[in-house]
Amino acid sequence: MEYNFTYTIWIALVPLLMFIFIGLTGHKYKPAISGILGTTGLFVSTVLSYITAYQYFFVVGKVNGAYEKIPAFNVTWLNLTENLHIDLGVLLDPISVMMLIVITTVSFMVHVYSNGYMKGEKGFHRFFAKLSLFSFSMLGLVVATNIFQMYIFWELVGVSSYLLISFYYERPTAVSAGKKAFIVTRFADLGFLIGILILSFNTKTFDFIQLTDPNGAAIAQGSGVAFMGLSVMTWSLIFVFMGGAGKSAMFPLHIWLPDAMEGPTPVSALIHAATMVVAGVYLVARLFPIYSISAPEGLLVVAYVGAFSSLFAAIIACTQFDIKRVLAYSTMSQIGYMMVGLGVSGYGGHEGLGYMASIFHLFTHAMFKALLFLGAGAIIHAVHTNVMNEMGGLRKHLPITHITFLIACLTIAGIPGLSAFFSKDEILTAAYHHNPVIFWTQLFVAGLTAFYMFRLYFRVFWNKEPHYHHTPHESPLVMTIPLMFLAAASIFAGYIPFSEFISSDLKPFETEIEWMPVASLSILAGIIGIVIAFILYKKESSLPDKISASFKFFYRWAFNKFYFDELYLFVTKKIIFRFISVPIAWFDRHIVDGTMNLFAWITNAVSFEIRGFQSGQLQQYGYAFISGVILLILVFVYIFTF
Amino acid sequence: MLNTGIPLQFFIILATIMFFIGVYGFLTRRNLITILMSVELILNSVNINFVAFNRYLYPDNLQGHFFTLFVIAVAAAESAVAIAIIINIYRRFTTINVEDVDEMKY
Repeated sequence: MEYNFTYTIWIALVPLLMFIFIGLTGHKYKPAISGILGTTGLFVSTVLSYITAYQYFFVVGKVNGAYEKIPAFNVTWLNLTENLHIDLGVLLDPISVMMLIVITTVSFMVHVYSNGYMKGEKGFHRFFAKLSLFSFSMLGLVVATNIFQMYIFWELVGVSSYLLISFYYERPTAVSAGKKAFIVTRFADLGFLIGILILSFNTKTFDFIQLTDPNGAAIAQGSGVAFMGLSVMTWSLIFVFMGGAGKSAMFPLHIWLPDAMEGPTPVSALIHAATMVVAGVYLVARLFPIYSISAPEGLLVVAYVGAFSSLFAAIIACTQFDIKRVLAYSTMSQIGYMMVGLGVSGYGGHEGLGYMASIFHLFTHAMFKALLFLGAGAIIHAVHTNVMNEMGGLRKHLPITHITFLIACLTIAGIPGLSAFFSKDEILTAAYHHNPVIFWTQLFVAGLTAFYMFRLYFRVFWNKEPHYHHTPHESPLVMTIPLMFLAAASIFAGYIPFSEFISSDLKPFETEIEWMPVASLSILAGIIGIVIAFILYKKESSLPDKISASFKFFYRWAFNKFYFDELYLFVTKKIIFRFISVPIAWFDRHIVDGTMNLFAWITNAVSFEIRGFQSGQLQQYGYAFISGVILLILVFVYIFTF
Repeated sequence: MLNTGIPLQFFIILATIMFFIGVYGFLTRRNLITILMSVELILNSVNINFVAFNRYLYPDNLQGHFFTLFVIAVAAAESAVAIAIIINIYRRFTTINVEDVDEMKY
């Protein structure tokens, strides 16, 4: 049965129209109206996405037991030559439809929540305009039909992320955080662009359907040519992954993510937890057949980068005191999980478990991490601080936030029955069968995750109550309803039979939980983490300080984020600026500009000298004229005698 | 034939002398009126040439004579314009000394 999916372009276009409308006219009416407009626009997109998902998964998507990739809409945007053209369009396949659901759901929740959270802020309409811009860019990114369209929207999400991080533009820290995020991801995108160029040069196409067709010509090409021991295809995919690593805050390009927490909390929930930062995972998943079939070394890089990042971030998260930074590092760690899932996956059937698990984790993570951030926003809204030392005992004051936050913490800790248990367990299973080193690392990270999340939870909601300037009060309904919805999603998302819908070769397969040894070990790790956090932070005690004092050196190292910011500053300021930028600047200023200035100076000086000719004296002109005539006469009479 | 006495060279010499007197006056006089008069001298030396050549070389044609009449008419119009300009210069600068009217420089 044919079904017309052309309407899916409106999923992305409605937020764009809202952005333009609110951005241009928002200052003319009351702020609340722009909030309602933005939220309505997103609601339309959400409804359309759910209709699309229903149609795709249950009505038309499946043909002969496998899901199809449906190009729902396509226009040629730039027609450069017959072979080289850049299209814009909508591609529907299981992961893009799944991402549509994630993005519109979380974005809609964040829009609703922001109506309460941002109330009374300066630039309320600006905020909603930018949120709509972001939603548009992100939706455009996931439905991209070709890698170049993805790149365009990739940059657009970068811009909207920059705009939203530096939303409070009067605060210098917010401005520099925005710049940092933009520059770091932009630098990573350079790798992405190089990767795209190499990849499309070798495969002669941008189109995802042709690129990822496992029997197609694209995969066969390019894999033969070798450079430095790896095939050209592998190199290009490693470069592409560099872009993904930048956007997804993977080590060593992670430095922007913690600083990005300077933005308003709903932004952190939407962009830096649920949607934009998983773009890297989505990118690798999108190109997964090429990675898996013609560049297995590239996939290995993905796996190790992911595993290391998740461990690295989890350790830092245990030492931070700013609740949003803890969550930021937690995000980085969970994205590491997803990368590991992709990295250890094979192609096709049950081998592709890791792929499915990674996308599954992306889905559940979006729900519970958005919930955690929105909960953190509610806490910050109530106590007006980010630092957990100034909090405590909030469970009495914020009952709804408390319960939903607890659910999210239990979810991320991997307690059975909640969504992340299923997804994390499947990643661990895939790792267990493919790479034991990564498996044990990720198991350890699972324990750490439970520990730092419950450290946060006990520190904020239990422990000793400090003196508050005014009694914290629960947030309004417009903020708590998204919390409750996302809490429900965090609980039940795990029961979606994901392998029915998403698999590396588009054919559904069956999965079941391997209780021994994987699931039981991961539950054990989670419970140990929670118990340690319970002992240390349930009541006020001096134990945590003593422990950190006994590991003084390591603690300080981790607390200062392993000095990575300083390392970057050293490399950029002391090495790149001093030895490359400064000489180039000198060359530009003195040699390039100097040449131009010399021309200008010569012209100027000569003109000054000869300006006496233009005396304004009529008779001087006459002399010149007549002497010229006489001279010409003499010349023609005596020299050029024809 | 009428042209018994004076040969053609005499007319040409006269015209040349008049022309250079005109040029000399144009370049050396400071008074705008005198400069205008010098220009008239140059024009008239040309007129003499026209008439003389016409008379001696093509006695059956009259183009040279008519051309001279046109030159005289145009020169009269030109003098009128020039004098109008000179009057305006006088009103603007209260002088007709050409050296003081040098605002076109640079």
